[in-house]
This record gives sequence, structure tokens and C-alpha cells, in this order.
Amino acid sequence: MGFAPFAAAAWLFVVGLYGVVSSQNLVRTVLSLTVVQSSTYLVLLGVGYRHGAKAPIVADIPTSSRLVDPVTQVLVLTDIVIEATVLALLLALVVQAHKRFGSVDPARLRALRD
Amino acid sequence: MSRRGRLLLFGGAGPLLLAVLLIGLHGLPAFGDFRGAYGLLVDRVEPARRHATDIVTALNFDLRAFDTLGEEFILFASVTGVALLLRHLRDEDEATRPSRTLADHRFAGASDATRVLSLVLIPLLVSLGVYLALHGALTPGGGFQAGVVLAAGPLAILLAGRYLALKRVAPRWALEALHAIGATAYAVIGLGGLIFATTYLENFLPLGTSGHLLSAGMMPLNSIAVGLEVTGAFLLTWTEFTDQDLLVSRGEL
Amino acid sequence: MTALQGAALLVVVTAGTAIVFVGDPLRQALVLSVYGVALTLLFFVVQAPDVALSELVVGGVGMPVIILAALRKLGQHETADERDEEGGQ
Repeated sequence: MGFAPFAAAAWLFVVGLYGVVSSQNLVRTVLSLTVVQSSTYLVLLGVGYRHGAKAPIVADIPTSSRLVDPVTQVLVLTDIVIEATVLALLLALVVQAHKRFGSVDPARLRALRD
Repeated sequence: MSRRGRLLLFGGAGPLLLAVLLIGLHGLPAFGDFRGAYGLLVDRVEPARRHATDIVTALNFDLRAFDTLGEEFILFASVTGVALLLRHLRDEDEATRPSRTLADHRFAGASDATRVLSLVLIPLLVSLGVYLALHGALTPGGGFQAGVVLAAGPLAILLAGRYLALKRVAPRWALEALHAIGATAYAVIGLGGLIFATTYLENFLPLGTSGHLLSAGMMPLNSIAVGLEVTGAFLLTWTEFTDQDLLVSRGEL
Repeated sequence: MTALQGAALLVVVTAGTAIVFVGDPLRQALVLSVYGVALTLLFFVVQAPDVALSELVVGGVGMPVIILAALRKLGQHETADERDEEGGQ
């Protein structure tokens, strides 16, 4: 049972990649990319967890109690907010592509070939 | 490559990738058996060193402040990218479609229940956002969370059916100013560390007593700066996508 | 790993898989919102309250709102193009 979060993260990664590969709509590609990104959160937080430990806030518990690793939480925290803005950037690109080629189907974006 | 070709390729490569990931992740210590030395050290040392009770925020704005500076500017760059892409698009649109005056616009589509609930939510969201920003070093919270909650405030104004009020409360120039001021403030506070202490982004203000609002040196200031920047970023992104689209002229409904 | 953590993980995996297999981008945005709340619960039971706060607002509100705005803009372009085509014909 100690492997479950990592297995779940690997599964989400591959499922998200399947979504990217099999989509016929660029917006679906971008959203499946979100799933891939969130699998990394599971890995990071899974690494930092300690059995029976408390959250790293010492406002009301003695400072010598057993705490969870704070460094991985810092990494995930900023990552979440940045992921949302990068998603917005990708969606802006999709909107531009739609304006230019008239469709959001990746199979129809042929300008580079022509 | 056609979609069928892609799917066939993925049918072979996908399970292989899954197997490789599982084997690789198997080498990690089991869930719950954390052995990193840095994390344990920080847990033990940080509350005494910086008089901050929220260790995660202390890491964010003090021990790893340079990292947060970099991530803040990633945010800044993506929002600039969105603005660049979509403003060019909107200028093209305005050239082809006739412009309309604000006088014959009204917001379409908010039911009464939504309006009332949103009006109640606005002060709650704004006060929660300010609380999170100020108490970053004491309780769960901090700049990033506060910024996002504060950005949800004006969105609730929109849900309440008052799009024009939203335009008055959060006009484009104010959002851009907020965004830029937040980013600059963080960098400038770091300069204070360079001037008064010896390192850029070193904590140079008095540390105060742990648990009080004005403690932990410059962490509340940093937290507020990041909060302003993230609020500006989210609202700017959202208005870039919608600007004209929510106003429906009377003829088109 | 406690029962609560196991249950939260299961909900997260189900919601994540659902996002990929739902058809319409509009529905995907709503499932993404549910996924955000599921992730928040998981982060909460792994003793990470700061992260949970962040994920709640971003995944539950921030991202779906941006996606809906983008979908609306795409829909607008489609109707504008159709109008142009009809005008040309």
C-alpha cells in the first residue's frame, strides 16, 4: 500500500498522454495536458509524507512535534498557480490558431506543410 | 500523421511508458517513510530562526525567496503572452465589426438567485483574500492563495449581473498597474535585503514575536506583493479572453 | 496509508480518467472543476493545507472560468465566420 500514490500518478500521466494523442480538438488536448501536470503533484506530495505526522504549521502545536516535509509542499503550491496561467497561454494560442485556420482540429492545421 | 497512426503508435508506446514509470517510481521510499535531511532540518530550525509559524510560507518567502521570484516572473511572462496574443486578435475584430456604444448594452443571463448569492459572496471573498495575505506567515495562507481568492472577488461581481460595475471597479489599466506593482515590489523588497543585510532577499526587518501579525520580518510584505501580482494576473487573463464578449446589444438576443 | 487517504486517491484517479474520456470540452471543464475539489481533499488528508487552499481556488474556480471564456471566444469566431460566409454567398 505504500506504493499507491505513485502508481496513481503514473496512471494519470499515461491517461493524460492518451488524451493528448487521441484528441481531435485542440481544447481537449490542452485539458488532458492538465491531467498530466497534476500527476506530478501526487508524486511530490507522496514523497514528502510521513506517517502520523502533522501539517507544517506550528502555531498551536509544540515545535518539536513530528511534521510533514514542507519543501515538497512549496514546490507544488507555486506550481499549481503557474499551471493555471500557462493553461491560459495555451488556450490563447488555440484561439489564435482558430482565427487563422478556421478550425481547432489538429489534423486540419496544415500551414506549416503548405 | 493521421489519428489512427498516432493511436497505433501510442498503443505500443503507452503501456511501455507506464511500465517504465512504475519501475522507476518503485525505487522511491514507500509512502509515509520520508527520509530527506533538508526537510527535517527546516522543520526543526525554522520556527526559532524566523519567528514564523507557517513553515511552508516561510520557505516560500524567506529561505527559498529567490525561487519564488523566478516563479513570479514565469507568471508575469505568461500573462504578457496572453495579452499579446489576444489584444492583436481583438484589434482585428474591432476593425471588421462596427463598434457599439456602452449605452445600448446590458448584461444578459444572470438569474435572481445567482445575483443575490454573488452579492453576498463579494465581501466574504475580499476579506478572506486580505486575511490570507496578511496572515501568510502565521497560518495556512500566503501570497499565492490570497491572490487567487482576491481575483475571485470581482468575478463574483460579474456573476451578480453587474458587468459595468466590474468595468468600473477593475478597469484594464488598474489591473495592469496592480500586476506590475506586485512584481516590482517583490524585487524591490529584495533590494532592501541587499542594502540593509548582506544578501539579496535576506530578511532584514525586525522579527517580532512569533504569532503576532507584524512578525517574521519582511514575509508579510513579500506575501502582499505576491498577492497583488497574482490577483492582477488572474483578472487580466480573464478580461483578455472576454472583454467585449459579455456585452450583448439589444438587437442580438 | 489510512482509509481516508485511499478513498481520496480513488476519487482523484476516477475524476482524472473521466476528464480524458468525456467528449465535449464544455463538459470537460466541469469535470475539471470536480477534479480540482477531489485533489483538494487529497491534499488535505496528506497534511498539506496550503497546497489544498491553492488547488481549491485555482482548480475549482480559476481554471474552469478561463476555459469557459476561451470556449466562448471560439464559439464567437465560429458564428462570425458563418455570418461572413453567408454574407459572401
